[in-house]
Amino acid sequence: MTALIEVEGVSKAFGGLQALNLCSLTVETGTVAGLIGPNGSGKTTLFNVMTGYERVRQGTVRFKGDSITNATPDRVFKLGIGRTFQLTRIFPRLTAMENMLIATQHREGWLGSVFRTAASLGPERDRAMELLQFVGIAALANQPAGILSYGQRKLLELAYVLVADPDVLLLDEPAGGVNPSLINHLAEKIRELNAQGKTFLVVEHNMEFVMGICDSLTVMNQGAAIVTGTPAEVQANPQVLDAYLGGADEEEGD
Amino acid sequence: MTILYQGLIDGVLTGAVYALMAAGLTLIFGVMDIINIAQGVFVVLAAYLSYVLAAHFGVDLFVGILITMPALFLLGIAVDWAFIRRLPATDRTTMSILVTYAVAIVVEGVLTVIFGVNYVQLHGWYVTKSIHLLGFYLPYIYVFGCGMAVLLMAAIYLMLYQTRFGRSIRASLQNRPAARLVGINVDRVATLTFGIGVAVTAAGGMVFGATTAFNPNSGYDLISRLLSIVILGGLGSMAGAMVAAISMLMVEDVVASVWSPLWSEVVFFAALVVVLTLRPQGLFGRSFSRAQ
Amino acid sequence: MSRRGLIKPGLIALALLAFVLFPFVFSNPTYTTIAVFTLIYMTSTTAWNGFAGYSGYIPLGHAAFFGTGAYTFAVIAQHDHLGAGYGMFGLIPLSGLVAGLVAIPVGLVALRTRRHTFVVITIAIFFLFQLVATNLGITGGSSGLQVASPTWPGATYNDPFYFVALGLLILAVAASWTIRRSRFGLQLLAIRDDEARARGLGVRVGRVKLTAFVISAIPIGMAGAVYAYFVGQVFPQFVFDPLFDLSIALMAFFGGLGTVWGPLLGGILLEPLQQYLTFSYSVGDLYLIIYGVIFLVVILLLPLGIVPSVSNLLTRRRSGRGRASPPGMAAIGGDGDARAGLVAQSGTTP
Repeated sequence: MTALIEVEGVSKAFGGLQALNLCSLTVETGTVAGLIGPNGSGKTTLFNVMTGYERVRQGTVRFKGDSITNATPDRVFKLGIGRTFQLTRIFPRLTAMENMLIATQHREGWLGSVFRTAASLGPERDRAMELLQFVGIAALANQPAGILSYGQRKLLELAYVLVADPDVLLLDEPAGGVNPSLINHLAEKIRELNAQGKTFLVVEHNMEFVMGICDSLTVMNQGAAIVTGTPAEVQANPQVLDAYLGGADEEEGD
Repeated sequence: MTILYQGLIDGVLTGAVYALMAAGLTLIFGVMDIINIAQGVFVVLAAYLSYVLAAHFGVDLFVGILITMPALFLLGIAVDWAFIRRLPATDRTTMSILVTYAVAIVVEGVLTVIFGVNYVQLHGWYVTKSIHLLGFYLPYIYVFGCGMAVLLMAAIYLMLYQTRFGRSIRASLQNRPAARLVGINVDRVATLTFGIGVAVTAAGGMVFGATTAFNPNSGYDLISRLLSIVILGGLGSMAGAMVAAISMLMVEDVVASVWSPLWSEVVFFAALVVVLTLRPQGLFGRSFSRAQ
Repeated sequence: MSRRGLIKPGLIALALLAFVLFPFVFSNPTYTTIAVFTLIYMTSTTAWNGFAGYSGYIPLGHAAFFGTGAYTFAVIAQHDHLGAGYGMFGLIPLSGLVAGLVAIPVGLVALRTRRHTFVVITIAIFFLFQLVATNLGITGGSSGLQVASPTWPGATYNDPFYFVALGLLILAVAASWTIRRSRFGLQLLAIRDDEARARGLGVRVGRVKLTAFVISAIPIGMAGAVYAYFVGQVFPQFVFDPLFDLSIALMAFFGGLGTVWGPLLGGILLEPLQQYLTFSYSVGDLYLIIYGVIFLVVILLLPLGIVPSVSNLLTRRRSGRGRASPPGMAAIGGDGDARAGLVAQSGTTP
């Protein structure tokens, strides 16, 4: 198995706060990798760095062997890395379908879009509808996304990053704040997509969810990756417990 | 050469007064994320108040400030309570621009009804006399005005850094949710800040009224200058506002003396455009992050 | 669906007919004068909304383009051999083009900043324009420029202006409607909702904004040219008037920012009111106060404007009870909302 994404020695500070400290991570092609760790360990920051929402001066990020360090978010998206956010970022005043169409548009030239009416996008609409059906919210296609429930928004966000047919998806707390039946539904979809060949890196706090779908887990603490292994290995590792509860001599991990 | 230096000095002196008014505007933005377009017309209002006190009650202009400043402070609080508090949560800053613009129009309308459109100017011995210092003419009003502006800015600075209330303001400025968490009544801080931000126009208005002929319509020119200054300095930065005010006024006065008064104002805005093209966040503003 | 689908085009056709017949029914020049100004404002607010309403960036300096159009027309009209007559209307598209070209550098500077700074920059740039016009020789300085008026009979003098203005309005509305339904419009709306996310998904945010900005300037420039010809004189303080900006913003907000028909409604209701207030002596002095108060009322009490509020009301009435599906479970696999189909109509989302 080849490494799809390689993060090496990334450091990022916000003022006096060291969010990432020589963090390294590898995501193997075709796996569902999990990223866990206590709050404040730097998981979302790492995501932001990997997808171009934060810049770094130290460390590299490689995708399929090529460097994408400090690439802009849209370039990262175009290269085939999709990403969802902890607090879902959808376009509330656009319908669910229209949300999808925004993600499809990057394939065409800019000038063309001025003259293309929404109606003429037959094949794209079909694909968008397919994806909406896949995640299960097709019935809401023509509703303004703002009225979608929290769980439905997560599904919408998943759908529209899928539109670009990415090779790898970075999901930031996909199960957070979502009811149990929806969590199962989500896990199912991830497995289906993985079976189709997509790679995943999932940040989560929901241990059951993570243990259930991940092939490998990486644990972060205080800005660095401390343990990587299969879920079973990680569960058994005393360092992990320390990280979550805070060692006797350290301050409480917040 | 003397003309050049004269222009520079005039610029520093008047710049200080503008700095004061701009500081009020930027403080309001920093604490409340509100852009108070009515600041310009409040200056004019203050000038008219000074006028009324002087012309009808014989009150000296500087003494009159003891009355106009609290009056404008209360006006600021009233405006905040009546309008600012009722702003919708989305796009709050943009909405505040529209709302305060509307308030400005109403105030302008009221002033027009009361005072008409004829130009007025404030009088006092210090307006017409100047200090003759080192070959330069420094009108007393400029000198006193500058001194007053500096005093007031120092007072604000002291308040911000030496008092508990000032600490609350600075906390709200930096991190509103955190400020709330430590028990600061952020809304009250906001209202009082708005009041203070408006109150400084009392001093500025008096000096403005004494040095320029004005009518209710003068607010537009004032607010465009003040806005240019705060944007140039970086929204929310008091130091930036002061630096920008003095620099812009210096440039403008030099251009006016050396070249032509007609074009000096244009230079004012042109400078803004140039700086923004090179540095969109202004001199002291924070640069925009990608994640926004 | 087909019957409901006919109501809207039917209403539009009727409205169009009413507009065309207006000057023949109400031929009194006072009325047609007000009508010409109303059309000019309706055009301007529709064009302004095409940028502001769709992108969420609120420029308050578009009067700069109105004035540019007016002055372009006036300056060219200074050449005697052009005479005065129907031919002069040919200068209008040119004025619009000039306004559009001017909008490019303005947009490049102004759009570099965040939303609230953007508003302020547009105000500052507007004042720059006003200053330049007041001081420049070619624009006649503060005394402005005269434009030779055509020698048409007094009773129907206004009519050609009326129809030109109407044509311009139709153009502006068509443009607004086309944008709304296009992919381009979708991108603008996405920018309005979450610009950073849109950029992250590959939307060329800078170009899209600038294009919309420039497109919005052109009809306003043309409206300025119509104004110049109609009024016969161009003064800097009248064609570069901050109240113009506030009026078109107010009209758009009042009717419904971001909708196609909202600004039209706002314009047709508020402009005659504005005309009445300006010319009526008894309330003339209170004009500013009344205007400001209306503005405050609209912003604070009716933030969505009339059209979206009414449309929401109708939507809710149609779908029976409140909103669509309950959270969580129901949506997946669609116990879905049968009503979702009823509400759906591309182009009516406010």
